[in-house]
Amino acid sequence: MHDYDWLLLAAFFLLVLAPAPFLGRYFYRVMEGQRTWLSPVLQPVERLCYRVAGVDPEREQSWRGYALALLAFTLVCLLVLMSILLVQGALPLNPQQLAGLSLPLAFNTAVSFVTNTNWQAYSGEAQLSYFSQMLGLGVQNFVSPAVGLAVLVVLCRGLARQSSDRLGNFWVDITRAVLYGLLPLCLVLAVLLVWQGVPQNFSDYVSATTLQGSEQTLPMGPAASQIAIKQLGTNGGGFFGVNSAHPFENPTALSNLLELASILLIPAALVFTFGHYVRDLRQSRAILASMLVLFVIGLAVCAWAELQPNPALAGLPIEQVGSLEGKEARFGSFASALWATTTTAASNGSVNAMHDSFSALGGLVPLVNMLLGEIVFGGVGAGLYGMLLFVLIAVFLAGLMIGRTPAYLGKKLEAREVRLMVATLLVMPVGVLVFGALAVSFAGPAASIGNPGPHGFSQALYAYGSATGNNGSAFAGFTADTPYHNLMLGLAMLLGRFGYILPVLAIAGSLAAKRAAPQGQNSFPTHGPLFVVLLTLTILLVGGLTFMPALALGPLAEYLAF
Amino acid sequence: MLDSIRPAITTLAFMTLLVGVAYPLTVTGVAHLAFPDQAAGSLVRDDTGEVRGSRLIAQAFDGDQWFQSRPSAGDYATVASGASNLAASNPKLFARIEQASAGLAGDTPVPMQLVTTSGSGLDPHLSPEAVTWQVPRIAQARGMAEAELLRLVEAHTERPLFGPALVNVLALNLALVDNPSTSSQ
Repeated sequence: MHDYDWLLLAAFFLLVLAPAPFLGRYFYRVMEGQRTWLSPVLQPVERLCYRVAGVDPEREQSWRGYALALLAFTLVCLLVLMSILLVQGALPLNPQQLAGLSLPLAFNTAVSFVTNTNWQAYSGEAQLSYFSQMLGLGVQNFVSPAVGLAVLVVLCRGLARQSSDRLGNFWVDITRAVLYGLLPLCLVLAVLLVWQGVPQNFSDYVSATTLQGSEQTLPMGPAASQIAIKQLGTNGGGFFGVNSAHPFENPTALSNLLELASILLIPAALVFTFGHYVRDLRQSRAILASMLVLFVIGLAVCAWAELQPNPALAGLPIEQVGSLEGKEARFGSFASALWATTTTAASNGSVNAMHDSFSALGGLVPLVNMLLGEIVFGGVGAGLYGMLLFVLIAVFLAGLMIGRTPAYLGKKLEAREVRLMVATLLVMPVGVLVFGALAVSFAGPAASIGNPGPHGFSQALYAYGSATGNNGSAFAGFTADTPYHNLMLGLAMLLGRFGYILPVLAIAGSLAAKRAAPQGQNSFPTHGPLFVVLLTLTILLVGGLTFMPALALGPLAEYLAF
Repeated sequence: MLDSIRPAITTLAFMTLLVGVAYPLTVTGVAHLAFPDQAAGSLVRDDTGEVRGSRLIAQAFDGDQWFQSRPSAGDYATVASGASNLAASNPKLFARIEQASAGLAGDTPVPMQLVTTSGSGLDPHLSPEAVTWQVPRIAQARGMAEAELLRLVEAHTERPLFGPALVNVLALNLALVDNPSTSSQ
């Protein structure tokens, strides 16, 4: 590692962790409807939104009412976005006169953005108009993380409230999350990105005559505004096909740092938001510690692997350093490994290098991060509610070990909650192992695999892991734009999104109805180092038992073959 | 669920106006006031005002008298650009790199950046080492002193705080054209 790599790492942790307690408190105030310093400007806009929608912001919903509102909103978003993508040829802001997408691709892309996955089976600059990018994908980039955040705060309320069946108002939660949470941060980041060189215009593509006299078409568009929310909303769908590896999307080492830190900025802060809900920041620190342990282990393995020379090239008369295939000169090996670890720890899925060309172990880390359910910080809202499920499972296992009814923060975990928790544990195995096995078992779908040997299997595993985990990154040599994969990956994304959201809302409803028992000397502490170890091991054990055989056939076999 | 349909439609419409229209327009406005050059794509123009490319997008350079860009899996295509996505274990990667390094072979090992394709296919930069490695070839083709070329490379080297040192290949080759002592091609 070079000096600048260490500087990048230090600045990254500083930008993610230093604001987290303050931003976390701010998000708590935002989601609980309290006044913030932006209220004088934003409150009139907020009130207008409720009036147009016919929403009474004071009226809270039960978990069922909340879930129905969420499903209705998702359905409307899905249909509207699909329509835009299908008919973009007839819509304005289409300087390149691009035609509408095919039905399977439109379905896949709409599901992808509505579920906060941002899997890209399309290439932005070649297939999407400015209208589709801004009013289609861009809008979902804001509202899909807002939905994730809303589900998280419902779970927090479920833990914090006593004998209640009211869990908040879905419309108020997503409106406030967008207005007070995402929008102000995006405005700042977008302008910083333009400063570093990201285009922001509505021009036609520019035709240039290169220095040697050939024609070059330079894609344009309102890229910076989209890329800001792509990073901050843990979306990850690039304005350009190759995402943040594209020099227009991520032009400098500084833009790379800003985009990297933006991936984890909100997810890290929300850990503290949770602490404010349950009035115990020690819980936040324990969860954060477990996340950091898992993050640092992943980063160490990935960075080490990417800095080693590729043994397959050992005999060639070339510089024997970490491979730069699929990596950009302005980032180098370490910054690429840091991004790969970060983007899969969160459910972001943007890339600044091609994971498909990573070494076997370097590619293993992002894959494992996704298969664990993206709970190491995770997506906006989605990461922490996934992590809290693991907390509940760890508490349950501890309860079994010491032979006492498990309770978290005074709330007893009984048969109903445990059944729902176990249901969520089935989501990743079904989406990845069942759908993935189908994908490699038939000649047609398996033809999408672009590399020979065990790595080819890893490509399919990665695709279905990314879709079910709502991540969106890829081993991009996998040809995803086929009718079969567009449909099946779309279904995997829906399963990965709602297979968590609905049980989480139900658990929240069931916890809110209980009274918290006062925590005495006999209750199991969930904030000390012992619990951090227990939580970390639970995550690794559940993920390891489920996915070890599949990983052995893919990246581990590839590694051992050398 | 039915009574949720109206708020669903109106909230989405409201959000579309706010974050789908007002937000990108605001950013565009601020960008054009504060950073007009970057917002327009960091275009490079010649004396007649004709666009010759973008500082941020690599161009193909063929011939011994030019500094070569990072190899591109998509042959420098811009719409859409792409990567090789070859696995480290893929024999095709070995074969390609073996061929490329044979074509470039010199006294010292070929720099990694000159035999691997970038993630974007449009990487506009090289490390100073990968540029310097090419200097003898260009000096010979242009009949220039190596020292003069090395000075030019040094003048075009950027050293960012959070990333490796870089040379912009298009800017460097433009300097070759502009420099009167190098125009004898």
